[in-house]
Amino acid sequence: MAKSNASDAQALIRSLRSAYAATPTNLKIIDLYVVFAIATAIIQVVYMGIVGSFPFNSFLSGVLSCVGTAVLAVCLRSQVNKENKEFKDLPPERAFADFVLCNLVLHLVIMNFLG
Amino acid sequence: MDFYYSVLSLFYIKQQGSSIVLLDADVIFDSIKAHGQSDGRYRYDSDNSEPSTHAAGIALETLAGVLSLADSDMDQSKIEVVKNDIVKLFDSIKSYDDGTLYFDEKRIGDTEYRGPLATTASVVHGVTAFAAIVSGKLEINGDKMAGLAKFFLSIGIPGRTNDIYIQLESLSCLENNRISIPLILSFPAAVLSLSSKDRLKADVTTVFGSAAPPLTVNLVQVFSPDSEDVPILENKELQCDPENSIHYLDLLPLKVDVGKYILFFEISLHDPDHLNIYATGGRIKAFFFFTGIIKADKAAVGIFDTDAENAVALQKLDLSRDNTVSLAANHLKKMHLNFQLLTPLGHTFKPHQVFLKLRHESKVEHIFALESSAGKYKVLLDFLGLVEKFYYLSGRYDIKLAVGDAAMENSFLRAIGHIDLDLPQSPEKAAPPPPQPIDPYLRFVPKQEISHIFRAPEKRPPEELSSAFLVLTLLPLVGFLIGLLHLGVNLKGFPSSSVPVFCSILFHGGIGAILLLYVFFWLKLDLFTTLEALGLLGVFLIFVGHRTLSHHASTPTKLKTT
Repeated sequence: MAKSNASDAQALIRSLRSAYAATPTNLKIIDLYVVFAIATAIIQVVYMGIVGSFPFNSFLSGVLSCVGTAVLAVCLRSQVNKENKEFKDLPPERAFADFVLCNLVLHLVIMNFLG
Repeated sequence: MDFYYSVLSLFYIKQQGSSIVLLDADVIFDSIKAHGQSDGRYRYDSDNSEPSTHAAGIALETLAGVLSLADSDMDQSKIEVVKNDIVKLFDSIKSYDDGTLYFDEKRIGDTEYRGPLATTASVVHGVTAFAAIVSGKLEINGDKMAGLAKFFLSIGIPGRTNDIYIQLESLSCLENNRISIPLILSFPAAVLSLSSKDRLKADVTTVFGSAAPPLTVNLVQVFSPDSEDVPILENKELQCDPENSIHYLDLLPLKVDVGKYILFFEISLHDPDHLNIYATGGRIKAFFFFTGIIKADKAAVGIFDTDAENAVALQKLDLSRDNTVSLAANHLKKMHLNFQLLTPLGHTFKPHQVFLKLRHESKVEHIFALESSAGKYKVLLDFLGLVEKFYYLSGRYDIKLAVGDAAMENSFLRAIGHIDLDLPQSPEKAAPPPPQPIDPYLRFVPKQEISHIFRAPEKRPPEELSSAFLVLTLLPLVGFLIGLLHLGVNLKGFPSSSVPVFCSILFHGGIGAILLLYVFFWLKLDLFTTLEALGLLGVFLIFVGHRTLSHHASTPTKLKTT
């Protein structure tokens, strides 16, 4: 049973990989960006776990900036994705402009909270 | 009043030597007299002003002036009427308790109130002026003149120049008046010392200090203030010293003791004719104070047990100097002190102040007033009852005795010695001893250092760990860039023609500038400045971005999907 499980998992991963290869490059860039943001957040949490949360506001602003920008990137991805029927009439440049604007506002708030 | 000024002006001119004669002297006399009342007072003017004693004085002076200016003798009956008026005026004289006499008026509404000094002065002036002019005697008792003289002398030196003028002018009228010249008995000293053998001295002069005629001063009676009925001494004559014109009396043979006394004097003139000229003033009362040295002897102090009362362990004291007796007691014992005070004549003496003071080392003091019984002073301090009063303070107490009186020339404060008291412990509820006054400059000495307590600073991680994690945080960025390269990101979509290139460059530059602004915001700037700058950059960015993105949107779709 384990062997079949393992092979099932391997088959699953292989199919996932091949499906993913079909996605357009834009979306891959955005996915990479999201991964980058989350990784940064995780490293900050680990650091806080080690040294303690003394400047708590700084920790929060750091983590939230990463998480926020990841969320905005996800929004952008869903808006730019051509297979997404919901945003058919939305030009991707417009989505990108929204992404940039929201990021700038997010980072203003983050910098204020950073202290 | 018009009469007054005009008549007196003429009078003064006549005194200078010119001969003036008043033709209608009768008529003027009568018209002045018409202003008079039956009680001797006069009115100032013929209109209905109130009669006053002051006006009477002025009227009399005017009448005297008229009489002196008249060419023929006035009708004697009129002069007699005026003399009677003067006698009636003197019926309204007032007196103080010490024999001074004066005139005063009631205050009436709108007329000017002149006060007793001015009123009396006016009457004296008028009466003496009138008496100087008329022949014959005025029926005024010499004692009254003496009383008026005493009034002017007893006000001392008045504060206002007006009053000084009135006083001196009246005294000069009395000095040489024709009614009777008052003689004043004065004493150079009212406090006499028995120990230095002072003499009782008296001086008799007129009001301005001129010599009196030959006379004798008699000390009629001497009373002590306690027994005002029974005289201590009677009828002593003062001897006369003609060189210094002083009358004196030696005190030692009189055998008077120290204290305060009331003395009555009388002046008797040698020449009986002088009785018409001078006024001796009857019985004159004076207060005298005799002081002397008080002897304190038979002094002794000792400690007894509560039960025993025998005079065993008494130590003798010499109260003419400080003593250093050393005693010791506890709260069960009593302290006994006794002494005797004698006057120079050997009688027992009761001074105003007899105090015993016990002072603790911590400067807490206790004062006891001592009473005398049968001439001896005896005090028994029972420490059992005084334990609470002493605030339960044990230790050394300094003992001092203070005896003082106005009649004592040798009032003293003597140290008797000290006593070591052993009192029981104070119970918890006992009152603490009163705080002694502290040096007032102590508040300016430097104060105690204050050590401030701060919140312990938070523990920060070591620098190396922080730097390591900084590097670690930047790693994902590096990973992102490597991934991008891996994906084959290129800049093919970047516009090449001039305007869009410009806009794109500006677009990316704008975003970079905003991010740089955020860095500055974190480092230095405040929110408001940042928002201002952000507003400017944002507007710019929107404009540029719109251009860029719309250009990007309008390029064919084929180029985008790579």
